[in-house]
Amino acid sequence: MSMQAEPLTRRGKKGTGAGPENKEVGQDRKQKTQGRAAALLIIPSMIVLGIVIVYPVVDAIVMSLQKDAGLDPATGSFVAGGFAGLYNYIHWILQQCNTPGGQASCPAGTLGSQFWSATGTTFLLTVITVALETVIGFWMAIIMSRTFRGRSALRAAVLVPWAIPTAVTAKLWFFIFAFDGIANTLFHTSILWTGSEVPARSAIIIADVWKTTPFMALLILAGLQMIPDQVYEAAKVDGATAWQRFTQITLPLVKPALMVAILFRTLDALRMYDLPAIMTAGANGTTTLSILVVNQIRIGFNSAAALSTITFLIIFIVAFIFVRFLGANAVESATNSGKVK
Amino acid sequence: MSVSTLDPRAAKAVARRRERWASSRTYISAAIILIWCLLPFYWMIVTAFRDVGYTFDPTPWFTHVTWDNFTTVFSESLGNHFARNLLNSLIVASATTAVALLFGVFAAYALARLEFRFKFLVLGFVLGASMFPGVAIVTPLFQLFTNIGWFGTYQALIIPNISFVLPLTVYTLTSFFREMPWELEEAARIDGCTQGEAFRKVIMPLAAPAVFTTAILAFIGAWNEFLIASQLSSEATKTVTVAIAYFAGSQPHQEPYTAVMAAGTVVTIPLVILVLVFQRKIVAGLTAGAVK
Repeated sequence: MSMQAEPLTRRGKKGTGAGPENKEVGQDRKQKTQGRAAALLIIPSMIVLGIVIVYPVVDAIVMSLQKDAGLDPATGSFVAGGFAGLYNYIHWILQQCNTPGGQASCPAGTLGSQFWSATGTTFLLTVITVALETVIGFWMAIIMSRTFRGRSALRAAVLVPWAIPTAVTAKLWFFIFAFDGIANTLFHTSILWTGSEVPARSAIIIADVWKTTPFMALLILAGLQMIPDQVYEAAKVDGATAWQRFTQITLPLVKPALMVAILFRTLDALRMYDLPAIMTAGANGTTTLSILVVNQIRIGFNSAAALSTITFLIIFIVAFIFVRFLGANAVESATNSGKVK
Repeated sequence: MSVSTLDPRAAKAVARRRERWASSRTYISAAIILIWCLLPFYWMIVTAFRDVGYTFDPTPWFTHVTWDNFTTVFSESLGNHFARNLLNSLIVASATTAVALLFGVFAAYALARLEFRFKFLVLGFVLGASMFPGVAIVTPLFQLFTNIGWFGTYQALIIPNISFVLPLTVYTLTSFFREMPWELEEAARIDGCTQGEAFRKVIMPLAAPAVFTTAILAFIGAWNEFLIASQLSSEATKTVTVAIAYFAGSQPHQEPYTAVMAAGTVVTIPLVILVLVFQRKIVAGLTAGAVK
């Protein structure tokens, strides 16, 4: 449970578990009867999630330990599959393929040779987009938190990029970055945006930042609005400069909301698929892990399953690091309705 | 600060000037944000209404206006079935939303209202599930659906969509429910209602806006889904996002930009209207739990 030893519980008046003295027999009985009702209400959802998430994940792990059916390059005969042990994982991580001469590094250009480059691309895109979105989103949130005429119009406008389907966003920016497109016309450049690595990645990053910064800004704005005005007024009276007020008050108080926003966005960016798949089809150094998995599905289920399991593990580890070491406690902030400390 | 050393009138003038400067800076920043967010969207609409021959015309306002692109979008002569794709998206997104709400409302009520063990664990699981990478379930489901003959059916799209829409629903609703005036429920029970009656007569009307907002978020999430639909749909069940991504033009190696922008406009305008009308609610839903 998430009971926090805080002297100032805003909802302490009801006394449901506000302190140890309440944890008596009555509390226990209440928990027991409510527990049964809660189980009845929650179990259906858990079963559904079990079917749509847990079962496929377990299935993927089982599949990943099987050989893909196909021609054995060493003997040239058809192999039906069978138990493969960790072969599929080794295939991806060491980029080793079956060749007529036995195990060797996968030839360049095959999917098997792309695991580490895809991982690198995924992390590069994630770090750059999330960093840009955090900084720009913070700035947008600060502007939106001020009182001025037209503020609600602004808040509505930032929802527009968020609401547009990513597939449409991808096509829109693909058009903007076309060779004869508006981006080249506007900046008097003649760049083949999707034709080489740096421009292609930049185009994807810009499209992603455009699409998701509003979401980030709204999450940070929600955090900003939790800070009482009096704190700022008191700091002003004490003579704190605008910069001091930002670093000493805004940043520390908005940090929990900010960390959760960054966590959400990071995990979302790590599974990025739509934008690169549509804008560049993974060409020119834009193959992310998700794209690699999808490309593999039609070649061999089982090694695709191994790769998707690896992807899942990578994302899981990143989430763990965030929650454990960077203090992004999404569950806590979800359980704790009043985030104001 | 040196305010106290100045005479009060001068100090007031300085403060007023500073305030005016600050407010004009706010307006400039707001204008930049507005332009950045809306300009690409505006460009899509301008292009959607532009004659194909002027696809790359950089004129920033509506010129060579035509409905032709919309006719192209809905014409079947090039092998596109856009009306069908729209219907498919509507079916998949509505069904996903309905199922997610049906299960999510009860789970969220329990998470927000009842005391029980493992609550933290359940919430953690729900949150973890909402951040789950779609590719991790696409591979096994691709094989499973192929084996049982579900490939290219509606359920083959709805079931994986539930994997991310249901957690989102539970999470958002839980935050909403926690902010509701539950004292009213207690009052109703004191007046003689059972817990079920109190829920139906007092809480349901109060919860309706929260459920409605969550439904919008769930619907938008399912409507915008691309990865699962691109892998598990057939020609007959293809959704609009997939259709737009692989829209066929008249020339094999020429992207039909204006038609694609028209298709994008058709798909986006209803969402944008929805978002503008329910702006306040949607912002509350997106950031649920953080805003009081």
